[in-house]
Amino acid sequence: MVSLFTMEGLSGLLFFGFIGLTLAGAVIATSARSLIRSVAGLALCFLGVAGLYYYLNSPFVALMQILIYVGAVCVTIIFAVMLAGSSELKQLTRRNGLVGPLSILASGILVFALAGLAVKTEWLASPCLVNRGTVENLGQSLLTTYSMSFELISVVLLVAVVGSLVLARHGRDK
Amino acid sequence: MEILVLSNSLHTYLVIGALLFGIGFYGLVQRPTFIGMLISAELILSGASLNFMAFNRFLAPDPTVGQVFTLFIMAIAAAECAIALSIIIAVYRNYKSIDTEDVVDLKG
Repeated sequence: MVSLFTMEGLSGLLFFGFIGLTLAGAVIATSARSLIRSVAGLALCFLGVAGLYYYLNSPFVALMQILIYVGAVCVTIIFAVMLAGSSELKQLTRRNGLVGPLSILASGILVFALAGLAVKTEWLASPCLVNRGTVENLGQSLLTTYSMSFELISVVLLVAVVGSLVLARHGRDK
Repeated sequence: MEILVLSNSLHTYLVIGALLFGIGFYGLVQRPTFIGMLISAELILSGASLNFMAFNRFLAPDPTVGQVFTLFIMAIAAAECAIALSIIIAVYRNYKSIDTEDVVDLKG
């Protein structure tokens, strides 16, 4: 029994705020007509997900979520919308009218199946923990157990940066 | 007020992850432009990493595994976003449109 006006109650209320932020941002991101608005909805959704990460005992990942997704990915998408953006209004007449209801139906079935599976399964918690999962533990395991993947991901990022520069630059001289 | 301790149960996060996946899937099917589809793909990725973080918090014996995995998902998503956006800009330069129905040169 948790009262509303204790620390737990207020944090539970804040948790609902983050859930609302996530879902409202996701709905805005997929259903807004103009692309700029849907990028703003995406940023809202990422902020909500960062709050949920904070509740999952990982403040470092929450900060990285804000830094990378809201700070880098959303800004890059806005940049691309400014370079190549168009309104989505004109092409709606060309589409089959069944696309909207059928996609709602398909994604509703997917959500129902996944959520039902998640709720019905008996999840077995692990009997003991090898560490507390603090930032210190995270850094240690990132540079010992996962050091190979850590180096590989930097190569992947380098190739992606060079590749995107080449792709966007191609044909610019003409 | 049992509903206020919802943040301490695995099911909450799994259902939110499923909802994010479903909304992203809906957008991926329904958006008519490449940038809209990219935005929906980002939603699907964040649903997946929310699932990883939830399992990491409640079930994993080593609570750093899921965090490391989510950091890697973020790096891959950033790389994917950069590549996809430069492809979109190249497509826009050739077709003067980012509409998925205009890029149909290989259609039989």
